[in-house]
Amino acid sequence: MEITISKYIKIENNTIWLNGEKVFSAGPDTDFGTFMKVLYRRYAVKYLKFFKMDNLSKLGFLASEILLAGQGLVKHYPNDKIGVFLSNSNSTLDIDQQYYDLIKDSDNYFPSPALFVYTLPNIMIGEICIKNKFRGESATFIMKEYDPNITVDYIKNLFLQNKIKVCIAGFVDYTKDNYDAFLYLAENTELLNGIAHNAENINNLYYQRE
Amino acid sequence: MNKVYIVADNIISSLGFSSEENYNNLVCGNCGINIVDDQNLSVEPVPVSLVKNQRLAEEWSVVPAIEDYTRFEQLLIISVKKTLAQTNVNVKDRSTLIVISTTKGNIDLIDPGKSDLFPKERIHLWSAASVINQYFENPNDPVILSNACISGVMALNIAADFIRMGKYENVIVAGADVLSKFIISGFQSFMSLSSAACRPFDKKRSGLTLGEGAGCIILSSSANKNERMNITIEGGGSHNDANHISGPSREGEGAYLSIKSALKEAVLTSGDIDYISAHGTATPYNDEMESVALDRHGLNNIPVNSYKGFWGHTLGAAGIIESVAAILSMRKNILIPSVGYEEHGVSKELNVIKRIAEKNLNYVLKIASGFGGNNGAIIFKKYLNGDND
Repeated sequence: MEITISKYIKIENNTIWLNGEKVFSAGPDTDFGTFMKVLYRRYAVKYLKFFKMDNLSKLGFLASEILLAGQGLVKHYPNDKIGVFLSNSNSTLDIDQQYYDLIKDSDNYFPSPALFVYTLPNIMIGEICIKNKFRGESATFIMKEYDPNITVDYIKNLFLQNKIKVCIAGFVDYTKDNYDAFLYLAENTELLNGIAHNAENINNLYYQRE
Repeated sequence: MNKVYIVADNIISSLGFSSEENYNNLVCGNCGINIVDDQNLSVEPVPVSLVKNQRLAEEWSVVPAIEDYTRFEQLLIISVKKTLAQTNVNVKDRSTLIVISTTKGNIDLIDPGKSDLFPKERIHLWSAASVINQYFENPNDPVILSNACISGVMALNIAADFIRMGKYENVIVAGADVLSKFIISGFQSFMSLSSAACRPFDKKRSGLTLGEGAGCIILSSSANKNERMNITIEGGGSHNDANHISGPSREGEGAYLSIKSALKEAVLTSGDIDYISAHGTATPYNDEMESVALDRHGLNNIPVNSYKGFWGHTLGAAGIIESVAAILSMRKNILIPSVGYEEHGVSKELNVIKRIAEKNLNYVLKIASGFGGNNGAIIFKKYLNGDND
């Protein structure tokens, strides 16, 4: 069996690279919130739940939308065989701090369930699964820096065991100072021009610049 | 494919610092949940299951440590240490991996009063995990899983896959979460906490009770030759509901699919299962959803319990410590009552355990569900010495 990477996306520095090619850039002065709104409109996402998401989920969600556009995964694969595996470094510390600011003073105590739910790093996967009706295996791994060596054999094994037939995997991280999204689509088919699913190739795609 | 043996285990909770101590308390029906009035934890009195500070200090005082460690790290170190002591697994060898399961790790360090005591990066899950790894001088990067309430079950399944693939000979799976105002206030804001100790599957259940603790299970590709019996992991599965980020699917779709995957991998049918350790948080939706998922598999008559009435919902530790309790039940062939359950309170018929009973337990199913639409299932099998395979 050959597992191949058929498509990949990188979002960083207000720029999107799709399959290694720069497809959009919003300029360095655009703040993160504006950049997200620009992408939402540009890619005609039309999903109102997007606006209640925290920044980490917004980033992962939009990266998945752009990656999956035109793929029709649920038409080609049973939805319980579509996996999502995301790695992350800063977990949800951005929203954790926002949530904590609401509860730290007893005089000004106002915990918000709408924020609290996003203090779990796997919620981003939940949002992607809900939008796309993906019901397969999923997992959130935390690591200091993206290291596909930790996840690649695990994902390969799920393909071998026929627990998944296709998956989105990668790294999505957000802090108020920086952000980084890298997702790839891996399928259990030998594809023309496909990239073999191994840690070396994934690292190359992740660090690839135009 | 390698078999996956469970060679050692530990539970740290309000009910003790070893698997045996916890289990003895479960058998006696002792509940570790108390109403606590502490402004550092909650703006109003709240029932919770806490690891006793004095006991933790005593246990920690005999642990050789040069540096300072947070409460979360102390629990993990003690739990792993006690588990390792039961085996001859070499934690310093490349063939041994550490997997950490937690939802919020050192989140209590977000409080400026506490964060000054430790390096700033320590609030990161990877930093806390690497502290554990360094303590035990393990040469591999730790694998950290943070998948809400199914973290523990997922960590066990992924660790089992690592053994099956032959990537590691031994995997130490350790999970923990400690309670803080951060976590308690969040569940309070969701109105999901019960005003008294939680009552899984009961008609009067009104929400969950939070708990803290740690658990550890060591998986190995080699059986414990000296043991009269061995427990293995036969299969697992994890499926998303794709329904809602903070509530389960009404049809229990993800839980149903997770059980289906676990049965398929274990090459079993639902009729083979002898006992089910449910998630049973005692929220109205969770328990109802689980009853639907179990009903869809025809598991209505199989004895089922939830341990949450004893030590609350221990979040990232839950899947591990509840698996240890289920494994001890298998070793002893004893069914532990689901504390808090009196009158049936879910729409589907279930055989919720009311009285302690003996039963030969060969195959056990453990399930979990959580925020993000996550669900997980894992199946354990008992081998007696002399059994084939």
